[in-house]
Amino acid sequence: MIQVRNLTKTYGDAVVVNNVCLDLPKAGITSIIGANGAGKSTLLGMVSRLVPMDAGTVTVDGLDVTKAPSDVLARRLSILRQDNHVVSRLTVRDLVTFGRYPHSKGRPTAEDAAAVDRALAFLELDGFADRFLDEMSGGQRQRAYVAMVLCQDTDYVLLDEPLNNLDLKHAASMMRLLRRMADELGKAIVIVLHDINFASCHSDVIVGMRQGAVVCTGTPEDIIRSDVLRELYDVEIKVHVIDGHRIAIHCG
Amino acid sequence: MSARTRSLRVIGATGVLAVCAMLAFMTLDAGGRWDFVLPFRGTKLAAMLLVGYAIAVSTVLFQTITNNRILTPSTMGFDALYVLIQTTFVFALGSEAFSSLDRRIVFLIEAGAMIIFANLLYRMLFSGAVRGLHLILLVGIVFGILFRSLSNLMQRMIDPTAFVALQDRFFASFNAVDQQLLGVSALVVLAASVAVWRLRHVYDVLALGRDAAIGLGVEHRRAVFAILSIVAVLVSISTALVGPVTFFGLLVANFAYQMIPSHRHVFVIPAAVLIAFLVLVGGQVILERIFAFDTALSIVIEFIGGIVFIVLVVRGTAR
Repeated sequence: MIQVRNLTKTYGDAVVVNNVCLDLPKAGITSIIGANGAGKSTLLGMVSRLVPMDAGTVTVDGLDVTKAPSDVLARRLSILRQDNHVVSRLTVRDLVTFGRYPHSKGRPTAEDAAAVDRALAFLELDGFADRFLDEMSGGQRQRAYVAMVLCQDTDYVLLDEPLNNLDLKHAASMMRLLRRMADELGKAIVIVLHDINFASCHSDVIVGMRQGAVVCTGTPEDIIRSDVLRELYDVEIKVHVIDGHRIAIHCG
Repeated sequence: MSARTRSLRVIGATGVLAVCAMLAFMTLDAGGRWDFVLPFRGTKLAAMLLVGYAIAVSTVLFQTITNNRILTPSTMGFDALYVLIQTTFVFALGSEAFSSLDRRIVFLIEAGAMIIFANLLYRMLFSGAVRGLHLILLVGIVFGILFRSLSNLMQRMIDPTAFVALQDRFFASFNAVDQQLLGVSALVVLAASVAVWRLRHVYDVLALGRDAAIGLGVEHRRAVFAILSIVAVLVSISTALVGPVTFFGLLVANFAYQMIPSHRHVFVIPAAVLIAFLVLVGGQVILERIFAFDTALSIVIEFIGGIVFIVLVVRGTAR
């Protein structure tokens, strides 16, 4: 379990994350939703030790993320942020092989190569292994990055808006992939999502944030409701049940 | 053919050419006076190899921690910082005390000061807190101007003999190498190379960017501190030996990236070093023996390097 206690982050006078306490389960998909500037990405950044915190603690299975050695954490928790840009010219296989770095320390073994192949196959990238990243579409590139964090083989996989730049079809297939990662490989997946309906249809737990604070946590049935969403987003949102899924509808 | 084989071939070919250039440099037009020619040219060659090595390695490593192929230690004002430290030394001690001190000891102290100041000034900039190439480039230029102006101010206030002694050292010239420093420089380069070798597995990961590197378990702060220190030492060496050379590192590092079909530093760094050897020694041979003019190599390199720099900046902005 990832335990977040009294976590706070301020930039100047602006409190971006305000005294957040939260437990993230070690299974299934947990989505973090909320309006722009609600502090979702900053929260994820602090949990994954990329962003320094001003107050509070984060522990991953009992390891304090600010104190535990980075390489120990890298074998338990992986993180993919938005806007990944690499200066060097990498093939997909090069990139995915980096996911083995916490295990191989730069000397990949045959076992690591097998893990890379499995990750490529899982994300349906077998045919693209030797393509350069800059020769691929946004959706394929995003899959390559997810393959890298999958290859890191950690219990927790944190993804900051993995659906960014993906069209509807690719976004849906990404969510199905994440579902399979959670179900078949037993990963605990934490994602920041903008699309409420993807969160509703594919999550086990939804965390709602507003102005730096966690205002609600629960199953999609608890969270995807008109009154809760109004509080989160400040707009009128209707919720209908379609084919067993709770779908939020907002017109203008 | 795999990227590995192709990289090795490029490195092999560059190596052979570099050795040819060195042989040509040592033997062409010797006129039979070997007992004079060999030691004389040998020191010059040794200095060129040390400087080429220091600049190539420091530039590639610097570009790796900054995730950027336009910034170099010299465009960010590292060599100006070293000149400032040197000038401050002369200013504080006075020229007599300065010249009575052992040059090698002075150099080691200056290199130490360089490590401390480089880390204090630049770590903030490259720890991921400041984003945006233009801002960083601007800060580097401002730093460079500040350091140079401070040096100039102090140089005007010291006595003229000390000024002349200092001035001599700050003109990039492979013909007027400080011989006293060669030995100690070689030792320091060796020590720096051991440090470079021990960190060899980290560079490829660091090149992915700060966030990805931390996510993969690199102690980013510590790695950046170590590499900035290595860069500071190597820049001190090249500046102490031949003075500031602004665009040479940019030139060889970008040649290496273009020629090596792999992102891996085990290929890129040796390639950059060999290209530096080839350009320096080969350039010197061509200028001295074929065009028969003696001093202009640094000017030619700076001219070409400056053009490459402008092209890279324009392309980087367009992207």
